Amino acid sequence: MFSMTGAQLTISLLERQGIRTIAGIPGGANLPLYDALSHSTRIRHVLTRHEQGAGFLAQGMARVTGRPAVCFATSGPGATNILTAIADAKLDSIPVICITGQVPRAMIGTDAFQEVDTYGMSIPVTKHNFLVRQAADLLRIIPEAFSIATSGRPGPVLIDIPRDVQLERVTFESWPETGGSEPAPAFFDADLEAAVNMINAARRPVLWIGGGVVAAGAGGEILELAERASMPVASTLMGLTAIPHDHPLRMGMLGMHAQRHTNMALEACDLILAAGVRFDDRATGKVQEFCPQAKVIHIDIDHSELEKLRPASVAILGDVGEVLRALLPKISPVPRSEWLEYIEALKRAFPSQIPVKGGHATPQELIRRVGELSGDRAVVVTDVGKHQMWAAQSYPFEPGMSWLTSGGLGTMGFGLPAAIGAALAAPERKVVCISGDGSLLMNIQEMATAAEQGADVTVILLNNVCLGLVHQQQELFFKANYFSSIYEVNVDFPRIASGFGWKTWDLAGAQDPDAVLREALSHKGPALIHVPVDRDEKVWPMVPPGAANRTMLGGENNA
Amino acid sequence: MPDSRTVLDVLVNNHPGVMSHVCGLFSRRAFNVEAILCLPMDGGEESRIWLLVNEDDRLEQMIRQMRKLQDVHDVRLRPAAAETFARLGEVMRD
Repeated sequence: MFSMTGAQLTISLLERQGIRTIAGIPGGANLPLYDALSHSTRIRHVLTRHEQGAGFLAQGMARVTGRPAVCFATSGPGATNILTAIADAKLDSIPVICITGQVPRAMIGTDAFQEVDTYGMSIPVTKHNFLVRQAADLLRIIPEAFSIATSGRPGPVLIDIPRDVQLERVTFESWPETGGSEPAPAFFDADLEAAVNMINAARRPVLWIGGGVVAAGAGGEILELAERASMPVASTLMGLTAIPHDHPLRMGMLGMHAQRHTNMALEACDLILAAGVRFDDRATGKVQEFCPQAKVIHIDIDHSELEKLRPASVAILGDVGEVLRALLPKISPVPRSEWLEYIEALKRAFPSQIPVKGGHATPQELIRRVGELSGDRAVVVTDVGKHQMWAAQSYPFEPGMSWLTSGGLGTMGFGLPAAIGAALAAPERKVVCISGDGSLLMNIQEMATAAEQGADVTVILLNNVCLGLVHQQQELFFKANYFSSIYEVNVDFPRIASGFGWKTWDLAGAQDPDAVLREALSHKGPALIHVPVDRDEKVWPMVPPGAANRTMLGGENNA
Repeated sequence: MPDSRTVLDVLVNNHPGVMSHVCGLFSRRAFNVEAILCLPMDGGEESRIWLLVNEDDRLEQMIRQMRKLQDVHDVRLRPAAAETFARLGEVMRD
């Protein structure tokens, strides 16, 4: 027989799930959990400075390892603060377990101090959530939470535990099985057969890959299919690391900030094999006019994504790696030279804006240079804005890298705490966080967390003293009426970072910027590289929001 | 009752919160639920929810979303049950 409190039981069950790091902040309603955590010899706690930082730190750990990660917050403001990071995990399908404290059961619904309806508020932003009504239920709920977070399409799970449930004593005879990932649904041979026939018969096929391919680790299968069937590959923001950046069949990112030739190739294709993508509007543009001549084969592990936005000729429910492995032996090797020559002609007529070599003249060249210096196992983290799109376009991605970016929710402030989480979970890898001044300010307090943990994170701050993408949209679509997008105070970021105990470098006026960059990137521990950027540097090309992908502004000429 | 209505028959775990999960899927897509009937089944471990809804292009997506909920065991279309709501309407008017 075992006997312990709900709080001790929670910590023990997390240890049994293999959890070794938890990010969070204590408060009144989760103090019993923290008291139990203090006695754990297996779990290290990372005290963040804001609950949103804890949520993103857990996301960084989960995204870099592919395994579920845990964060803690107290009731009320602790819970509301962490919800943004949970919503972000939902939209990008990241397995995060968030455990919140709640006021004691007898006080729920009385507007008690620091009480909010965490359960109610978290319903639409989690894959599933629990309000624990008695401590014994934890024996079922904690393993189930891990199983839900990792099975099928991964996602966040929130467990709200009232303070008195944390203190309640439970007696039980044996430990439950740990919760793990359930097998993916089995797909139908008939669907596979139909897909094979469509691919073999297509004259101008394209592979379109997304985060689902990265989550399934199916980049190798994608490459094999692309090469065998001579299918060019377009990627969403979330799928960029699936195949090497310099592969001749790789067309880079599609959609709002794609290269012109990529969107134009999609315009002409007669078949899209959409693998692990969800037809997001940033990728498809006006979805009714996306790939107008194409039939669609859609492979996804989430049934509700199939035919959500566009009818598919063949919809296959399953793990994209398993489906591709079954598909591959039936695909006829075809050169499709006419189609590939057409794409080469598009590339010549509408040359890429992407620098072929790193340098220091433009932010894109600088990002390329960071990529050249950071190695092919780098963890590349971004915030949200112009720097994110430049990185998506210009970073020299390789399948051994990790690419951590807030794709679906587009949360400014994601970068720094996610990078800290990645550095703690993968201390042997180089972690670079490409950020902007607007984004960095949104969770800058986590510089203290990084310093305290000695996290080996290099932040490359592209500072244009404005909200860059807002500024760009105001210029293009609101007659250059720049309202509330320009900061009047130019924050001295190197001084701020030094104040947090960071090592800092500044490329402003540097005689030999490359030497500065190399020195900064070889430093171990939290480091900031400040890079002033001209406010008028745009992200080109750009599809106006709501327009079809064939409507592209800018980026006609080679950079 | 107009012909364009149908009933979703949803078998769920019976605990507080399930109704929020199910109804939240509809409200956030501005998909109106015309009527709801919910009764506990077989000793109260499970409940059955009948939702009277308009036939709509989005219905298939709603069903798939509902099937993803952890507490939902089964979702079926049961158009004939619309008649029950008509009879209930008479009881309510009394």
